[in-house]
Amino acid sequence: MSVSKPLPHDAAPLHVTGQARYVDDIPVPWDCLHLAFGTSRIARGRIAAMDLGPVRAAPGVVMVLSGADFDVIPDCSPSAHDEPLVSDGTIHYAGQPLFLVVADSHLRARKAAALAVIDYEEEAPILTVEEALAANSRFEEGPRVYAKGDVEAALAKAPRVIEGRIEVGGQEHFYLEGQAALALPQEGGDMVVHSSSQHPTEIQHKVADALGLPMNAVRVEVRRMGGGFGGKESQGNHLAIACAVAAARTGRPAKMRYDRDDDFVITGKRHDIRVDYRVGVDGEGRLLAADFTHYMRCGWSMDLSLPVADRAMLHADNAYDLPSCRITSHRLKTNHQSATAYRGFGGPQGMVGIERVMDHVAHALGRDPLEVRRLNYYPEAPVESAGDRIFGKMKEGKRLETADLAGRGAMKVKETAGRGERFGAAHSPVTAGVKEGVTPYGMKVEDFILHALTDRLAEGCDYAGRRAAIAEWNAAQPVLKRGIALTPVKFGISFTLTHLNQAGALVHVYQDGSIHMNHGGTEMGQGLFQKVAQVAAHRFGVGMDRVKITATDTGKVPNTSATAASSGSDLNGMAVKAACDEIRSRIAGVVAPELQAEPGEVVFEGGMVRAGGAEMPFEEAVAKTYMARVSLSATGFYKTPKIEWDRIAGRGRPFFYFAYGAACSEVVIDTLTGENRILRTDIIHDCGASLNPALDIGQIEGGFVQGAGWLTTEELVWDGKGRLRTHAPSTYKIPACSDRPEVFNVALWDGANREETIYRSKAVGEPPFMLGISVLMALGDACAACGPQYPDLQAPATAEAVLAAVDRARGA
Amino acid sequence: MGIRFLLNGEPRDVEAAPTVTLLDWLREEARLTGTKEGCNEGDCGACTVMVTDADGTSRALNACILFMGQLEGRAVRTVEGIAGPGGALHPVQEAMVAHHGSQCGFCTPGFVVSMAVAHLNGRRDHDDQLAGNLCRCTGYAPIVRAAEAAADAPVPDWMRADAEALGDPAFTFPKIRSSGATPAAVPTSSDALAEWYAAHPDATLIAGATDVGLWVTKGLRDLAPVAFLNRCADLTGIAADQDSIRIGAMTSLTEVGAYFTDRHPSLAGMIRRYGSVQVRNAATIGGNIANGSPIGDSPPALIALGATLHLRKGEARRDMPLEAFFLDYGKQDRAPGEFVEAISVPVQPDRLACYKLSKRFDQDISAVCGCFNVTVEEGVVVAARIAFGGMAGVPKRAAAVEAALVDRPWSLETVTAAQARFAEDFTPLSDMRASAAYRLRAAEGMLMRYFRESRGEAVSVLEVRA
Repeated sequence: MSVSKPLPHDAAPLHVTGQARYVDDIPVPWDCLHLAFGTSRIARGRIAAMDLGPVRAAPGVVMVLSGADFDVIPDCSPSAHDEPLVSDGTIHYAGQPLFLVVADSHLRARKAAALAVIDYEEEAPILTVEEALAANSRFEEGPRVYAKGDVEAALAKAPRVIEGRIEVGGQEHFYLEGQAALALPQEGGDMVVHSSSQHPTEIQHKVADALGLPMNAVRVEVRRMGGGFGGKESQGNHLAIACAVAAARTGRPAKMRYDRDDDFVITGKRHDIRVDYRVGVDGEGRLLAADFTHYMRCGWSMDLSLPVADRAMLHADNAYDLPSCRITSHRLKTNHQSATAYRGFGGPQGMVGIERVMDHVAHALGRDPLEVRRLNYYPEAPVESAGDRIFGKMKEGKRLETADLAGRGAMKVKETAGRGERFGAAHSPVTAGVKEGVTPYGMKVEDFILHALTDRLAEGCDYAGRRAAIAEWNAAQPVLKRGIALTPVKFGISFTLTHLNQAGALVHVYQDGSIHMNHGGTEMGQGLFQKVAQVAAHRFGVGMDRVKITATDTGKVPNTSATAASSGSDLNGMAVKAACDEIRSRIAGVVAPELQAEPGEVVFEGGMVRAGGAEMPFEEAVAKTYMARVSLSATGFYKTPKIEWDRIAGRGRPFFYFAYGAACSEVVIDTLTGENRILRTDIIHDCGASLNPALDIGQIEGGFVQGAGWLTTEELVWDGKGRLRTHAPSTYKIPACSDRPEVFNVALWDGANREETIYRSKAVGEPPFMLGISVLMALGDACAACGPQYPDLQAPATAEAVLAAVDRARGA
Repeated sequence: MGIRFLLNGEPRDVEAAPTVTLLDWLREEARLTGTKEGCNEGDCGACTVMVTDADGTSRALNACILFMGQLEGRAVRTVEGIAGPGGALHPVQEAMVAHHGSQCGFCTPGFVVSMAVAHLNGRRDHDDQLAGNLCRCTGYAPIVRAAEAAADAPVPDWMRADAEALGDPAFTFPKIRSSGATPAAVPTSSDALAEWYAAHPDATLIAGATDVGLWVTKGLRDLAPVAFLNRCADLTGIAADQDSIRIGAMTSLTEVGAYFTDRHPSLAGMIRRYGSVQVRNAATIGGNIANGSPIGDSPPALIALGATLHLRKGEARRDMPLEAFFLDYGKQDRAPGEFVEAISVPVQPDRLACYKLSKRFDQDISAVCGCFNVTVEEGVVVAARIAFGGMAGVPKRAAAVEAALVDRPWSLETVTAAQARFAEDFTPLSDMRASAAYRLRAAEGMLMRYFRESRGEAVSVLEVRA
């Protein structure tokens, strides 16, 4: 059985020997051209004059293209047709490409690009939230609002109202392989493009548009990316288009890769956010009403900002049942790089808001933050109600243990959880403590497992005991303070743009029994190809060595969605399964008579095709199928069931299911400088029935560290003129080796997905990222140990931010 | 210029412009694409290669800021040469596969080379050995598990082949065939350098290239003429008598750190966080001083120790207290054609504490680097040398703070009063690393840390365990 085995990444032997090939490693013809953009030094204004003479005269330069060289400047946007390849004369951010240099080497192109003489007509850029609001500079006509119940009435009635604000910085993807593309001109004007892209179909579509060709004249291939994290969902368009245009105009192959500084300065990053919150609570910390306002700086173009901001709203509740709630979302247009997709796609930003609220409420009431969190959890979903009859491992007893352990709030947790299970009961949304298990957008949470998962984690890592020990330790320490926090994750799985939840696959079985597998998903390190190959091998009952993993290719599987939203194995695994099963049934149809069985009785396992007592090797069955003139090639297709979503109304079921997890982190801070370290992290994460536990644990460990980096050391700094000052790893600090928790325990939850996903697994790409929120909350806890006031720690919690929070805690 | 070196065990004789980087040459000329470009500035380690010297020392270096001109007579081993003959995997490669140490795989060749060099050198301090390799996918845990798993495996024969080849008296490189059309000076002694530099005072001297490398890869500058100093044997090394420790300008930070491990452990600890293994292997103490950066980490420590700088121009030599060398931002007391020959530090009891404050602990440039050397006799401060980086346009002593300490009891009261004097000594800037106000606060905090540490109190987050 291939499925559920902890196999290494399929390309690991190639990775470790340097043989794994990325776009820039592909051997190119001798006459290949190399491209670089000349970029704007100002954030807003116009090009008054641009002398490209020195650029054209530079050694090795073959061609220079500015806006004037196009009848219609090709568009690079994935959404609103608002991103010309090079400036149309207007300038919207510092770093915006103004012209394109085509030269005979990468270095010469870069050197030439620096030689343009440009006069700018500079205008005052819109940079801050306040400036954007004052100028009403935004996408969409006004803020989006999702609401449930009468939040103002509930706030008015609440015994206590707590208000605050948290600002959370953006994040550079820092994929180790920068953006890269290679275009190879073909006969008759066709184009083949190799791109480091999560979205080959988008590249195909945009290149075809740019060249004025139908999509069938462009073929895009992606073998692998050196990391993506959302940063290669749309941000590779520019390079692919530039290469295709240069290749079409010169007839020569053209390659472009961004130098790292260019990559920082040109491409979009995670949206930063400001969350203003106002919540009404009862005496124990139950939220009766929550009013969130999100301010997201989206940068200069729309890109994917609308669905990103939507997803932030959709995760404003995280794991908490809010009787009444309102989320107001401002999508602000500012003169920055266009913020884009990044692992979690807005979800982390929304989630930080309510985790911060839990922390703030607990502090205000003098309660353990974990108790407050548990008190507000959605009700545990009984297994029966989720329609799961096969994999129901969750025992009722587990949930009762939760209550037992929760101390003073225990009985309340049990009561509310019990009531909440009676779905459909008529409860007023503003009645204290009543839980309906319905999200602010009207989706029933039918698979909630966090009570039991939290129990297991809290017990396993001795949260309560360590919390007490830390308090004792802190009392004796004048300089150093420790903190601990346990935070949950509930993350919705599916593209919120419903039509994207489809996938195709192409599977060939050759006469010798070897299998060629292809699907629309792309490999960026997450191990998608291996997981899906495990599905294929399992369907045919053969070893992994039979399955050839092949590059994603728009010529094999068309009209694919981006490998994004954690959907890769859910969608493509199912599509490959469908293709395999089609071929299986054809083989069964051929060999069943020989095996003296009905086709439906034929099974594929252990390299054999069996029915009744008879069997034959897989390759023999394949050969017979070929000889019988039956096709051994099939496509497969899948679309996610059950989902429907109205993003304007904020109502529906945007997600097929939720993935869950929780992390407990312990930190130490230095109250003299704010320096800090993560001492220990324990995680239990829900991957359903894992397709490959080794790869899934890899996603969890890596996601956590990336999430912790976002909230601690990764600080993007723009100066007052809108120029990014942190544009290289020398100034932008992702976690290094010693930044991972010294004690780092990761375990998988052992329940299956209650929905019918591929082998009942769950998506894993994004959800673990948000486990990193535990680090921010633990740092806040350590700051709170310094004094009586709420420390109001902002993110990223750099040493400087921590010291400021220590001051606030002390009332300084 | 013509350059002869071993590449994965094979002698190579190549013609290359002196400041072409090894990375570009490997990928574009030699077609060895296993070595990756991640940042092109020595901060990510994706381009890590193993370089072996004639003395048999093998070290990890960043190929992106290593010029071809620095390779003469050395051996380079890339990821393609880490696997053995016939493709036999090195133990660290096997472990990386078995422990799921690669995801996207792009950083992996660099990690594999760093791990193989550490394995060869018997190093098990994995966090330090891998601090110069960034990975965005794994969160590092599986990579460290792989390094631990491979640690006890024997070193494969082929990993020693370069040192054996270069160390074999019978080994000679083939005669240079190339014309040397683009010349560069490669002096082999301080005297030769002095003579050449006096004649070419506008030249760029290239020591470790960890800074000058970026002038080429990021500044896109053409440097000419240049001299490579790495073959000036008499500029390298540390010699001590009972009064003084003399450090040759070309001594690498790795060697400096190792030397001070016993004499001034806090300095060694700070150097452990200076750049990364790859950077410390290349960077020199002379370069770190001569480039005049206000945020170089060794000057504050050396100033606190009372170091003397030795400059040379032609046959003329002069000495000065190190702090006097730094005149203003970007301006040093160095004449054209004059170079740093050595630095010397008085032998003294260890009272030094170096505090490096940066956004990330490892491999980051200091926001503030504070170095404290306070002598207390019978409870009274009798001498204080306190120097800071990151607080002014130059590395600078905190004179007012020092004055507020000297002749006063070493007490909380004195220290608290002295903290207020930092604002007289420094008017720091706000930049992407820290705000001015925070820099001042942190400097004050560091003085308090030094005091509390002297009282045996716990002050280091690095020493706390869960």
